[in-house]
Amino acid sequence: MSILEAIFQPGWVDTALKVGIIVVKILVLIAVVMFHVAYATYFERKVIGRMQVRMGPMEVGPHGLLQPIADMLKLFFKEDIIPEKADKPIFYIAPIISLASAMSALAVIPFYKDFMVANINIGLLFVLAMSSLASYGIVLSGWASNSKYAFLGGLRSSAQVISYEIALGLSLVGVMMMSGSLNLNEIVKAQAAYPTGFYAIPQILGFFVFVVAAIAETNRAPFDLPEAESELVAGYFVEYSGMRFALFYAAEYIGMILMGCIASACYLGGWTVPWYLIKILPFLKYVPGIVWFVGKVYFIVFCYYWIRATLPRYRYDQLMSIGWKLLIPLALLNILITGILKVIF
Amino acid sequence: MVEAFFIYFALMVVFCSVMVVSRKNPVHSVLWMLVMFFHVAGLYLMLNAEFLAATQIIVYAGAILVLFLFVIMLLNLKEEIATEHSVGGWPGGLALAVSFLLFALLAFTGFTVKASGKWSIQEVSRLTHTKALGKVLYTEYLFPFEVASVILLVAIVGAVVLAKKKLKS
Amino acid sequence: MVPLNWYMWLGAVVFSVGMFGFLTRRNVIIMFLSIELMLNGVNISLVALSHYMQDLRGQVLTLFIIAVAAAEAAIGLAIVIAMFRNRQTVHVDEIKEMKG
Repeated sequence: MSILEAIFQPGWVDTALKVGIIVVKILVLIAVVMFHVAYATYFERKVIGRMQVRMGPMEVGPHGLLQPIADMLKLFFKEDIIPEKADKPIFYIAPIISLASAMSALAVIPFYKDFMVANINIGLLFVLAMSSLASYGIVLSGWASNSKYAFLGGLRSSAQVISYEIALGLSLVGVMMMSGSLNLNEIVKAQAAYPTGFYAIPQILGFFVFVVAAIAETNRAPFDLPEAESELVAGYFVEYSGMRFALFYAAEYIGMILMGCIASACYLGGWTVPWYLIKILPFLKYVPGIVWFVGKVYFIVFCYYWIRATLPRYRYDQLMSIGWKLLIPLALLNILITGILKVIF
Repeated sequence: MVEAFFIYFALMVVFCSVMVVSRKNPVHSVLWMLVMFFHVAGLYLMLNAEFLAATQIIVYAGAILVLFLFVIMLLNLKEEIATEHSVGGWPGGLALAVSFLLFALLAFTGFTVKASGKWSIQEVSRLTHTKALGKVLYTEYLFPFEVASVILLVAIVGAVVLAKKKLKS
Repeated sequence: MVPLNWYMWLGAVVFSVGMFGFLTRRNVIIMFLSIELMLNGVNISLVALSHYMQDLRGQVLTLFIIAVAAAEAAIGLAIVIAMFRNRQTVHVDEIKEMKG
């Protein structure tokens, strides 16, 4: 009785409606992102194929368009193998931690003017917090598998992700200082009001640090040492198969899309177009904002594939010295310059 | 409604902290600690301290706890799980902790304070919590803030010196 | 509205659980975790007091505690590694060279 009273307080329709809208938003977001993850794998194989003068997937459907669906079906029906000596509870939750931390960070991304699941004041900090949790999934899966390769991959990754997180956070401090807000929606609005229209030009140093750190943070080539297939077989998820392997795979691609979203919202102007472009080509203002946002995200994701197809993998000590001796000092320098400019102007 | 949230968070925090000190496997302890940090962050959100909630996750869960995990994995875990996990004099420790707890529970019964400061909820939310905290931190507490940065520097240098292998000359 | 002393009680419970862990566990890493538990108990009380007194000083203190906890964890774990390298143990009751 008391629970019912608590639920059906005066104004419960209003509350229920609000909660319902949020739930619908979350479902739409998950569906769209999962679709993008599936086709990001296809896109990657096509792009890298073309760069290596191959065709990429061509067999399933026209131009291989149904390939992601076939892959997904295959992973669903594969046997789920669990190593005998594994720490089972941790082995089960590790991929879920990876996926959940990547997914929940998407909640604060403004895809379109004021369209975000959670419009919170500490949006950027929330993203950093969630991306700092991604390392748990990797470390724990490496440890729980009870295998040398997986363990080495996990240890490498924990050191790598912690190191590059510092550079990632420091590079975003410049954006926070320029916009004076941590809310991603406000950051995009502040960029639209800025003379250059987006922050990638005044924050060029920060943008460079961010892009490099984002690649390392998501364990992509040329910083994919945790899973370096030629030395560690597949690194931390070598013991995983079937659906759990797919969760890791999805988490990696969501991480990439997430980094694309942050780059788009913090440096490339999000859903807005620079005002001078509209002045030159007036018809551009009829293009909906979501197209601009998604286009910028696709561009960043394409750059990921481009870098993967072009650059060889770094050695581990090189990776660490880039992170600590180049990126972090550069990010600090960027903060100093931004601060001085902010005081002068 | 707010009470229900508080009770959930409080029960989870207590349950997780008991799990942290009672698990044999240190990795499981660290994971329960992670769950606890999330619920403490939830409590901070209930107290309108959103910046502290984010800091709790970023610094505690994202940095300190990963460091613990990293060190535990370097040690010999199989032996650890097999051996006795508490020292001989544990009843004394239990008695001390319980007596402290009783003392504190009694001391805080009916404890209230007067809202005397100038940072009311409206004032903080008008300025956003991050800005309000920054204002206080960089004006009233600038010197302690600098001292904290020196402490962190000392910690970095100390950790490197302690953990570094001696080079054979 | 949750009364202030609920938060203080919670802080005290977490603190004493941490105290129990610190006094009874052999593994020095769990002892460090217990210290973090105690610090968290204090933090909960500080933030609650700061909220109810409408004063940000408690929250600033919490920030400093978090910074000191980070420093403490770094130094402490470095000591653990040095100890493990020299003694092959992380149990406090096995380190008794100084005992008369």
